[in-house]
Amino acid sequence: MQAKTSSSNYKQLEQKSKYTNIFLRWFLYFVLILFASYFIFPLYVMVVTSLKTMEEIRQGTLLTWPSGLNFDAWAVAWGGRGYGAGDTFLKPYFWNSLKMVIPAVFFSTFIGAMTGYVLTKWRFKGDSWVFLFLLFGCFIPFQAILLPMARTLGALGISNSIIGLVLVHTVYGIPFTTLFFRNYYVSIPTELVKAARIDGAGFFKIFFKILLPISAPIIVVTVIWQFTQIWNDFLFGSTFSFGKAAPIQVALNNMVLSSTSVKEYNVDMASAIIAGIPTLIVYVLAGKYFIRGLTSGAVKG
Amino acid sequence: MKTLKIEELSKNFGTTEVLKKINLEIDEGNFLVLLGPSGCGKSTLLNIIAGLETINEGNVYIDDYNVSKVEPKDRNIAMVFQSYALYPSMNVKENMVFGLKQAKTSKEKIEEQLTKVSSFLQVDELLNRKPSQLSGGQRQRVAIGRALVREPRIFLFDEPLSNLDAKLRVEMRREIKKLHQKLKTTVVYVTHDQTEAMSLGTKIAIMNHGVIQQNESPEIIYNKPSNTFVADFIGSPSMNLIKGKLNESSDKISFTAEGANFDIPINSYDFNNTSELNNKEVYFGIRPEHIYFKKSNEGDFEVNLRADLSEYIGHEQIMTFDLANQELLAKFPSTIKIELNKETKLYFDLTQVSLFDSITQERL
Amino acid sequence: MFKWLEKNLPKIVLAPAVGLISWFVYGFVLWTLYISFTNSKILPKYELWGVGQYVKLWASRKWLISVDNLLVFTALFLIFCIVIGIILAIFLDQKIRAEGVLRTIYLYPMALSFIVTGTAWKWILNPTLGIQKMFIDWGFENFTFNWLVDREMAIYTIVIAGVWQSAGFVMALFLAGLRSVEDEIVKAAKIDGAGLFTVYWKILIPMMRPVFFTSFVILVHISIKSYDLIVALTQGGPGISTTMPALFMTQAAFHKSQVGLSAASAMMMFMAVAAVIIPYLYSELRRENAS
Repeated sequence: MQAKTSSSNYKQLEQKSKYTNIFLRWFLYFVLILFASYFIFPLYVMVVTSLKTMEEIRQGTLLTWPSGLNFDAWAVAWGGRGYGAGDTFLKPYFWNSLKMVIPAVFFSTFIGAMTGYVLTKWRFKGDSWVFLFLLFGCFIPFQAILLPMARTLGALGISNSIIGLVLVHTVYGIPFTTLFFRNYYVSIPTELVKAARIDGAGFFKIFFKILLPISAPIIVVTVIWQFTQIWNDFLFGSTFSFGKAAPIQVALNNMVLSSTSVKEYNVDMASAIIAGIPTLIVYVLAGKYFIRGLTSGAVKG
Repeated sequence: MKTLKIEELSKNFGTTEVLKKINLEIDEGNFLVLLGPSGCGKSTLLNIIAGLETINEGNVYIDDYNVSKVEPKDRNIAMVFQSYALYPSMNVKENMVFGLKQAKTSKEKIEEQLTKVSSFLQVDELLNRKPSQLSGGQRQRVAIGRALVREPRIFLFDEPLSNLDAKLRVEMRREIKKLHQKLKTTVVYVTHDQTEAMSLGTKIAIMNHGVIQQNESPEIIYNKPSNTFVADFIGSPSMNLIKGKLNESSDKISFTAEGANFDIPINSYDFNNTSELNNKEVYFGIRPEHIYFKKSNEGDFEVNLRADLSEYIGHEQIMTFDLANQELLAKFPSTIKIELNKETKLYFDLTQVSLFDSITQERL
Repeated sequence: MFKWLEKNLPKIVLAPAVGLISWFVYGFVLWTLYISFTNSKILPKYELWGVGQYVKLWASRKWLISVDNLLVFTALFLIFCIVIGIILAIFLDQKIRAEGVLRTIYLYPMALSFIVTGTAWKWILNPTLGIQKMFIDWGFENFTFNWLVDREMAIYTIVIAGVWQSAGFVMALFLAGLRSVEDEIVKAAKIDGAGLFTVYWKILIPMMRPVFFTSFVILVHISIKSYDLIVALTQGGPGISTTMPALFMTQAAFHKSQVGLSAASAMMMFMAVAAVIIPYLYSELRRENAS
């Protein structure tokens, strides 16, 4: 066995790697910042455009800084121009969405938690098949249910209503919420439940006194996921409602598409931001739970 | 020329000092074991030798070349990891020759090395399999094979047996020992298992809190531990450490355990420093296997102690005795029946005794 | 009586979820399937008509354009999302100082609805006042960027906006995948002499096969369902140059009073998704049962 390199080679190797390292480091940051600009660009443009007057917009470019912080567009986006019929603004639809999202998130999360609990802690023959059965609902393209759902809502007398949308979102949220809770409860040792049963606790007691208290992380993930999905929904909102009962994304789209007289891009941008702020705030505050929801739901299948 | 030399090496992680001015040397063909509890710095030291960690102070020399700033691939070393770290998407053959390919070795040389090593380790049947299709022992051999094909100057092992079950661990330990005897390679081996260290190493460096406590052959470490940490770490069960005082008079020296009503004469003990011994607070160290139930040597010290507990472990039993309210463990063959809660005659082999300063913990 | 209740309580609790899904998912899909075999126009008719709707569907120029657009969009969407996602994940894996901030920036588009995304990009790609004007004002006098209103190029605007929305997600998946690799493998590779590029190209990326698979399935799924983004960005235009199956389905049902045809197009979408999802679920479940 011989030594392969001589000491002078050692020296050269040391220096070469130092220079290439520095160059690579700079290249790394350059590329990362380049992409960051691609991602930030639209947000920047939205905010900046919403603070300009139409005059400024026509004269400047997308990137031009506003001359002053002009919130007029925001006021119009939120509260309208005040001339009665034909004036669309976001305020009522924002509340519609809120009234729709809160019950839907609650019910779908609750049902998902109970279902996940049963599927993992009260095993029975064929429970994997039940899980698969429910899981399938995560993947179907909703186009395959739009028609019958529209008829059903009509038959129940709740078409074009917030309650109708709550039903829709609750039902189609169940596969996802079940997935989250089931995957979470699967990794909680069954010994916990067994010990409780020996202590005499029954089905509901075990759930509320033992599992629920340690479910905080998954509840947060599920609520954030459901909130984001339901708040951002457009397909169900536009198919099953219109006019006064519409949720905010539908209203936003209507506002942007309608060209009454002159296109007011600043109002469009302000509207978009208003429609996007709730989920954006949730993301900024609880981002890691949001990501956990994305990756765990996806990776675990 | 020393194959490996570590000089005044210090390493910090943030504000924590992980290695403190380590000095170490190995001759060619030696099997050095870095032994110690979790957090003692042994893995860090191994990673520094490999070039996977940076150094804060000090130098590393391989074959007298200062390799402190040299990349791992140019240090002529190879490493076997605790989890084997085989590349999952490659088969056994590709795993083994990956390093040679990176070094742009000729095709013929690669084939030659591969055939030689795979038949030697008996993995030639497995060449086309992926790591996920191998058993734990097979993966280990492939990991060793990957290191062997590169014919490095130093083999580094990072707790390679920790992931195996007990039986397999003993088997693989012997395989590694046989390998070393055959190939006479220089090895640095990290483990926290003292049995492994004792059976494999030609030299053991015991570490604690980033400092080498003792660096000697297994025999010396076992018989003459340099401080209480080493005495306690080596041996299963570990050395008994009885608290007490030394009494020195003009012609003899003895040890009195705290609260005991008898003295143990230790006139033949080999002291490093014979000053200020009288009334010195010390630990009297004696291994459980050096306490007998009948007199074996002329100089054995006889004493009556009450037996409190007996633990049967197959061919042996470990008995707990009461020495002035301190526990004394002794190892006897399990065929001997000793009554509990009664006093029995015990014999201490005074040639195997160690004394430690109770304040510095150092050997006297 | 109570004993029976107690014993069957778990199944009773499952009943709402199972019942709702049976009805609203399986039941509804079967209804749509049935209707696709009828000649329903404004209202559903229940006499079977054979495969007439499917024949009509595949003879429809608008449908063929939808499918073609879907293929083009999906291919580009997949390629860009995965390439960008991997690059960002690898770069972020290099112990970057502002990693948290950068991750937030790459991922926030996923928090926005497709309508918001579409609205923003519609403005950015505005032929007169958007990017085109920006470059012209910067001195590139002959610069044109009116893809949004160009029949040939409009589909690519949807790719730009779609990739913007979803690439961060792919990045998150790959970053999690890379981080789950034990670092002993990278150490072994370093000792074997692999440079940074080789470590990723020959060792880490091949280990990411499951992540590729998952990303592929999820991105294809998102792509097939694309509706909101198209509505907000181009409404399927100019003309019908960016129409997609989801748009076709809605328009057939609610604007053209072709319920049967719409059902047929919905079933085509369903089958496309099933073709991708079923193998995926099958292999995932096998993997989970094996471990």
